Amino acid sequence: LQKALGDAETCRAMSEVAVPEMMMPPPAVPAACQVEKTVPGPGMGDFSYVGIDAILEQMRRKAMKQGFELNIMVVGQSGLGKSTLMNTLFKSKVSRKSVQATSQEKIPKTIHIKSVSHDIEEKGVRMKLTVIDTPGFGDQINNENCWQPIMKFINAQYEQYLQEEININRKKRIPDSRVHCCIYFIPPTGHCLRPLDVEFMRRLSKVVNIVPVIAKADTLTLEERDFFKQKIREELRANGIDVYPQKEFDEDAEDRMINDKIREMIPFAVVGSDQEYQVNGRRLLGRKTKWGTIEVENIAHCEFAYLRDLLIRTHMENIKDITSSIHYEVYRVRRLNENNTAVAHANGLPQHHMTSHEM
Amino acid sequence: MAATEIARQAGEGARAVPLAGHVGFDSMPDQLVNKSVNHGFCFNILCVGETGLGKSTLMDTLFNTKFEGEPTQHNQPGVQLKSNTYELQESNVRLKLTVVNTVGFGDQINKEDSYKSIVEFIDTQFEAYLQEELKIKRTLHSYHDTRIHACLYFIAPTGHSLKSLDLVTMKKLDSKVNIIPIIAKSDAISKSELTKFKIKITSELVSNGVQIYQFPTDDETVAEINSTMNGHLPFAVVGSTEEVKIGNKMVKARQYPWGTVQVENENHCDFVKLREMLIRVNMEDLREQTHTRHYELYRRCKLEEMGFKDTDPDCKPFSLQETYEAKRNEFMGDLQKKEEEMRQMFVQRVKEKEAELKEAEKELHEKFDRLKKLHQDEKKKLEDKKKSLDDELNGFKQKKTAAELLQSQAQQAGGSTTLKRDKERKN
Repeated sequence: LQKALGDAETCRAMSEVAVPEMMMPPPAVPAACQVEKTVPGPGMGDFSYVGIDAILEQMRRKAMKQGFELNIMVVGQSGLGKSTLMNTLFKSKVSRKSVQATSQEKIPKTIHIKSVSHDIEEKGVRMKLTVIDTPGFGDQINNENCWQPIMKFINAQYEQYLQEEININRKKRIPDSRVHCCIYFIPPTGHCLRPLDVEFMRRLSKVVNIVPVIAKADTLTLEERDFFKQKIREELRANGIDVYPQKEFDEDAEDRMINDKIREMIPFAVVGSDQEYQVNGRRLLGRKTKWGTIEVENIAHCEFAYLRDLLIRTHMENIKDITSSIHYEVYRVRRLNENNTAVAHANGLPQHHMTSHEM
Repeated sequence: MAATEIARQAGEGARAVPLAGHVGFDSMPDQLVNKSVNHGFCFNILCVGETGLGKSTLMDTLFNTKFEGEPTQHNQPGVQLKSNTYELQESNVRLKLTVVNTVGFGDQINKEDSYKSIVEFIDTQFEAYLQEELKIKRTLHSYHDTRIHACLYFIAPTGHSLKSLDLVTMKKLDSKVNIIPIIAKSDAISKSELTKFKIKITSELVSNGVQIYQFPTDDETVAEINSTMNGHLPFAVVGSTEEVKIGNKMVKARQYPWGTVQVENENHCDFVKLREMLIRVNMEDLREQTHTRHYELYRRCKLEEMGFKDTDPDCKPFSLQETYEAKRNEFMGDLQKKEEEMRQMFVQRVKEKEAELKEAEKELHEKFDRLKKLHQDEKKKLEDKKKSLDDELNGFKQKKTAAELLQSQAQQAGGSTTLKRDKERKN
């Protein structure tokens, strides 16, 4: 476990400590640097233990104290089981329908964006979960531009975060309302993606992490399911749609291996249920039909467990990371350049190159 | 296009919802920790203290490795800060440790400005981070954070009280960095003196309003140990990299003729306490305080100084960018004005000089004319004179010719006359 690294980057970082002329005159302190050394590993006795690895425990403590935030958006036509899936994922009534007191559910004439927040806790870990629902999406006769209000909402969250970030008096922890993940529900036609699906995912995959799922997958046989998935993957590739986990953000070989496996399974064919049934002496979440009971968490029946593991148990931090260090940064660059251009025009200076965020 | 309606429920009133089963997000802290482990950690310590107080030795002892080169001389002209970065690894944790040393602190005859280079250095690190944060295309994720997380202030073991240099320096640093005061080479002080010394130091710090770092007591897991340790500040430490055999173990110690001071013996010195607090319990908190308190303060002051203000929410977009541009234009405008002014002045000067030269030329011309006239006058006079002389000469010549003629006539007549005269004489 001993490795000594020579690091030219550190030296560069050290020498970049000088400050641009507009602000302060550079101080006359030399910045010498060397990088070497490792603490001799365990084996020299107890007293050679420094205790650096205690920082892991310190971080864990801090994380437990602060709690986590997660914002998930669900997008899909009415009747695809979005609310049920959310409830199944978080094993509680977190969906909008469970919160709202409406007796009958009418399909709205326009797209609404409704978000509901919950504080949930598990084994001492507290999480603020926000589920953002989009009733009305894809339900109109003319669905042109139905992605626009959703894009607008997502960008509005980025904007809000940005505003807070550039404040002079900033909050200690900027509340994060940015959409970390957008679950897109594909109706189980078994054939291929509809133009609406392609259009939506193409546009949204540039601003948010999209996780496509095949909804109500219990209507497809295993062969139909595989064929459908294959078709979908091909179409995504053909249209240049990058869904989560995006290939370009794989950090190292290990990551790539894990993510490649996931990419081969996307989109997950899921079934949701918040009702428990007795199966083989155990109470399980499932859907009971005349020909059998579909166990939601049984991977032989559907891929709900994979989705849950991906979203919650293994990749949650990564999803949030990509949102904040990539999607948000792209938005920020565009915003800052926008303003630059406006000012540049006023000064008659050449324009900066702008990244395009289509609406 | 459909109109949209954004309705937001809950938020502040987020409901607490019970879970009907195991969801699995209790793995979040693990996910977070794994990410950090992959990324590596960095920690930056600043050691402030006079030369010879054992700063380097203490660092070596704390981190169990031999860090730097030779001890520094005492003849430095000013306070310099030397920083070195090391990659340490323990089990699966990689730590990028930067140790910054004040070289020459307290060695000058006039120590008024000693603290300045330290404050400048700390500010420079903040500035570098701020610059990165303000960039358009930024890479905060892979930025090597050089901000100082902890400042170990080494107090000389006089046994009496703090030196005024110490008070002044600590006062200047307390709003910029987490200060942990320690009594260096504390094996020079006896136990009873040490207690009195600590009390004196603490009371002096309080009465001078110096804010030293308090170990956090809000988390129950560590509140107790932290508050106990807060009472032991400043830590009296002894550093040593040499090992001595005590009993059947080799321990780090300093050997004297009258006994051996064991570094890790809590009865002998507070080294273990320092290591415990600095590394094993509060390293993360030190980093957090640096970022959320000291850095934010610096950022706020810096931005306000540059003229940015938090205006009302409506025209907020990029008040930063706009104000920056406005300031820049103002600056350019000033620059241009100055340039104009200089140009004007130059033109003015040139004109003046030209006029002067013209004047001189004119004068010269006049002089020349005068002299010429004078010359002509003289010439004329001379010519007149010459003429009159000529006239005279002519006149004289005429007279002479006339006279000669008369003479010759007279001679002829006079010949006879002369003859006559001669005859008369003869007679």
